[in-house]
Amino acid sequence: MEKVLTRNFGLENSHRLATYLKNKGYEAARKALTQMTPAQVIEEIKKSNLRGLGGAGFPTGMKWGFIPQANPKPKYLVVNGDEGEPGTFKDKYIFERDPHALLEGIIVTCYAIASHKAYVYVRGEYVKSMQTLQAAIDEANSSGYLGKGIMGTTFDLDVVVHPGAGAYICGEETALLESLEGKKGFPRLRPPFPAVVGLFGCPTVINNVETLACVGPIIANGGGWFAKLGSPKNGGNRLFCVSGHVNKPGVYELPNGTTLRAIIYEHAGGVPNGRKLKAVIPGGISAPVLTADEIDVKMDFDSLKSIGSMAGSGGIIVMDDTTDMVWAAMVAARFFAHESCGQCSPCREGSGWVYNNLKKLYHGGARPHDLANLPGIIGNIGGNTICAFGDAVTMSVGSYVLKFREEFENKIKERVCRI
Amino acid sequence: MFTTELLRQLDKITGQYEQKQAALLPVLHAVQEKEGLISPESEQDVSRYLGVPVVHVHEAVSFYHLFHQTKKGKCHFSVCQTTSCALLGGEDIIGHIKDRLGIKPGETTPDGKFSLSVVECLGACELAPMMQCNKEYRGFLNKKKINELIDQNK
Repeated sequence: MEKVLTRNFGLENSHRLATYLKNKGYEAARKALTQMTPAQVIEEIKKSNLRGLGGAGFPTGMKWGFIPQANPKPKYLVVNGDEGEPGTFKDKYIFERDPHALLEGIIVTCYAIASHKAYVYVRGEYVKSMQTLQAAIDEANSSGYLGKGIMGTTFDLDVVVHPGAGAYICGEETALLESLEGKKGFPRLRPPFPAVVGLFGCPTVINNVETLACVGPIIANGGGWFAKLGSPKNGGNRLFCVSGHVNKPGVYELPNGTTLRAIIYEHAGGVPNGRKLKAVIPGGISAPVLTADEIDVKMDFDSLKSIGSMAGSGGIIVMDDTTDMVWAAMVAARFFAHESCGQCSPCREGSGWVYNNLKKLYHGGARPHDLANLPGIIGNIGGNTICAFGDAVTMSVGSYVLKFREEFENKIKERVCRI
Repeated sequence: MFTTELLRQLDKITGQYEQKQAALLPVLHAVQEKEGLISPESEQDVSRYLGVPVVHVHEAVSFYHLFHQTKKGKCHFSVCQTTSCALLGGEDIIGHIKDRLGIKPGETTPDGKFSLSVVECLGACELAPMMQCNKEYRGFLNKKKINELIDQNK
């Protein structure tokens, strides 16, 4: 299989400019800047069927096309490297092993949307990622790949690394913009969409790190080439992050449309200690959990959606048959209760109620009405909030109750105290 | 008041942004790096420096959990409790640190050497169970590794 995103990962000093240049580095950016118009670049990305790999799966070319070029305000590219979705750790590898691939994607994207300033928002805990990226930016600046008149053209571009400070919600694109403007991370109401009113009130494209790392190879090899690598309507490879009860946890670059079974058993080495698979979260904690019977699903945005889950950020969390699903639901609910930003009441209050109910169910002391009330509380969060966090609580925690109902009922029957 | 050296560093940071107040997070990081916490006095200083109300600064300090309003121990364990780490024994790791240090999450040992925080996913599930020890990621944790780390920093 052809490696696209991880092509340089194994090279010595893969994060250095010299290594990147030896392997056709910045040739795609040169091609875009010297041989293509911005419209042609956008067209090529549309042809590639590249979709947003942060989790939403929105067609990237279409997103760039929304930037109103007649608008006289400056345009911005904001790179989402907040990577907080539990189960996801791929952007860290791009930052640390191939930061120039990201920078090349940034150059091409900014050229396509006529932006001269890009901010890379990196989660505050990723100290090493920020240092590696900053060193790459400094190298690129001093060698003419960033800054004024990139590669002898008239195109200028500055890239700034912005540290987050430990808030999951800032991975939500409008909360990220608020945070980048120096405020607490409260998501914004849409419309207006960021493409029209984004950072500092200006037209803004927000793309995930991995999405942008795909852009260079697409320009170098053509949109058609990339589209053929993946599933229909979901081009290319992606970085699947596998963790939990597997023999070989890690990042695997595989074509979109690879089955979940193949990822778990052929690539990640299967479930340890001869145990059986019980459940899998296929796309970060927000994605509805799948049972062991559902793992023949193809891992792409449309296939996962068709079985009621989502491809999300590519974070696969594997659970073996020793896992108590009420406990797993409680851990997920604890995460949501902790990370709800508190702006919308249904989410702020609801996520806490859900967690408390599940705590009672797991630790003992729950009464039948605690289980009976749960679907109602869970169901009243999603759809009633400004951002998709509320939907994530509903879909994620709701899926455990729906698919493993018997385990929840047994908790009421057992009435065992686990405190 | 900020030292001249810190001011120079802050000017360099804010110079990268179209609007000065956008630099609030990196400015707070720089102040905390130097002082070990964000004190009410620092909030006043940052407010004056960026030209924003002090309540705006305090709001950010209390919203983002990487900012501390109290000093942390020399060795600050931030242990992940989210799904992948929890599946692989994260809760036992937290329990063991609590027992060894005699503190609860959010507390610091009386000698100021260790602090314990329990945090949500740090984006390193491939290393589960894992934690951050100050800024460094440490993975595949077990009781032996925790004991070594505590003994080294005692």
